[in-house]
Amino acid sequence: MKTPHTLHTSMPPVWLVAAALAALPMGAQAGQAGESGLLALVKWLPLILQGFAMDVGISFAAMAIGTALGALLGIGQISQFSPIRLLSDWVTQFFRNAPWLVLLFFCILLLPYQIQLFDWVIPFPAWVKGIVGLMLPVMGNVSEVVRGGIQSIPSGQWEAANALAFSRGKTLRMIILPQAVKRMVPPWMNVYAVLMMATPLVSIVGVEDSVTVARAVLSAENDTALLMPVYGLLLVLFFVYCYPIARWTRALERRYAVA
Amino acid sequence: MTQNDQNAIVHVDNVTKAFGDNQVLRGVSMTVRKGEAVALIGPSGSGKSTLLRCINGLVPIDSGQIHAAGHAVHTLKGNAGRIALRKDVCMVFQQYNLFPHMNVLKNIMLAPVEVLKQDPDEVRERAVALLAKVRLTGKEDAYPGHLSGGQQQRVAIARALAMRPSVMLFDEVTAALDPETVKEVLHTIRDLVQEGMTCILVTHEMGFAREVAHQVYFTDRGLIVEHGAPAEFFDSPKDPRTQEFLGHVL
Repeated sequence: MKTPHTLHTSMPPVWLVAAALAALPMGAQAGQAGESGLLALVKWLPLILQGFAMDVGISFAAMAIGTALGALLGIGQISQFSPIRLLSDWVTQFFRNAPWLVLLFFCILLLPYQIQLFDWVIPFPAWVKGIVGLMLPVMGNVSEVVRGGIQSIPSGQWEAANALAFSRGKTLRMIILPQAVKRMVPPWMNVYAVLMMATPLVSIVGVEDSVTVARAVLSAENDTALLMPVYGLLLVLFFVYCYPIARWTRALERRYAVA
Repeated sequence: MTQNDQNAIVHVDNVTKAFGDNQVLRGVSMTVRKGEAVALIGPSGSGKSTLLRCINGLVPIDSGQIHAAGHAVHTLKGNAGRIALRKDVCMVFQQYNLFPHMNVLKNIMLAPVEVLKQDPDEVRERAVALLAKVRLTGKEDAYPGHLSGGQQQRVAIARALAMRPSVMLFDEVTAALDPETVKEVLHTIRDLVQEGMTCILVTHEMGFAREVAHQVYFTDRGLIVEHGAPAEFFDSPKDPRTQEFLGHVL
């Protein structure tokens, strides 16, 4: 009973990939120089992959920093010290409810090209600004994931720990967080998937990511017949990367829903 | 039993507590002597559980005084004082509240090792002995999710006892259990009382209260309406409210 069901649900994506792959040569054939278009795609593939690696790298860095800061903000949101709680809440809501592209523009315009610290000059290239710009909304979203995860633990756990003379910090560290982290993983992975799909935004601010490379390729080849294959290839790359994450997230959600 | 009773280990004096507009305790006084078992009975919402939580400082009181195991509970502000109190006054909950991510042994050892900073080897020995006492030898490595309600509750009792308290508070500890497993838990509590542990029990098990308790307190709408030795309390209740309540539950 169960096997056909899982087979069925995993079918559409396979078809999607197949359709997208089929679209590549078809798009090329539509042009005047179909064969050479496909060859051009193969020729540029390493460069496009390099751009995609840039997307992956930026998403990793933004996720890592955003998670670290978001975790602090999330814990700040349940602080008993009201200034910290209010500030954390405000910062979280601000970055969670801001358009990612606007945040990115803000970072480009506000951050200097370099920072001079005594004799050290720390340059701020576009990719660093891109990471900062994407890290901010990740931080806001992770903050909510962490707060929600902590608050999903039954209050009896706090009470029991309290009755056993645990301080609040120790309760959080030894009793609440070890249980809550498991519940945070699926929504956290969701945030990552959303981040990855938003990462090509950095092409607008001059980072050499996959979309920037694709546009450079298209202007170099100057062949409109390549439009579909090149962007189709990007779609496939992102899908192949993000889809397993989405499946894995769902599997984890199911697993932890029982526990 | 007066305020100056030399054997008094818990003394509650004219305590009031409100949650918002809801006045839960309206001037409650009681005295518990060392080695005594006291049963708190009464309708739900009468303030029994709140009183228990006030005694170990989980719920701060609005006015009055509470002395428990040598601590002036109503004056405690900082963490250090509360930790000292909870080392002496431990509590067992209706929902067990075991830590689900740790095995039984770790549940029992965590607070003595991490909070009281006692030697882990010595605590482990004590934990194993306590598991034998609550008749759960062999369950050291089991996780709470794999135990029955009655077994979990006995682990919770062992976890509290590992702190070596002088007073144990039981908050409706059998209310969430199957009728069959209620007996195991009551058995464990009876053993404790016989060994001379001071116990305050909020309970709906009238038969058990009558058999085990030295004193029975009846609470209604935030007041202690009547108290006395169980035989006298159950056989000839004086207050009409007590009579009505016992008429419903017995």
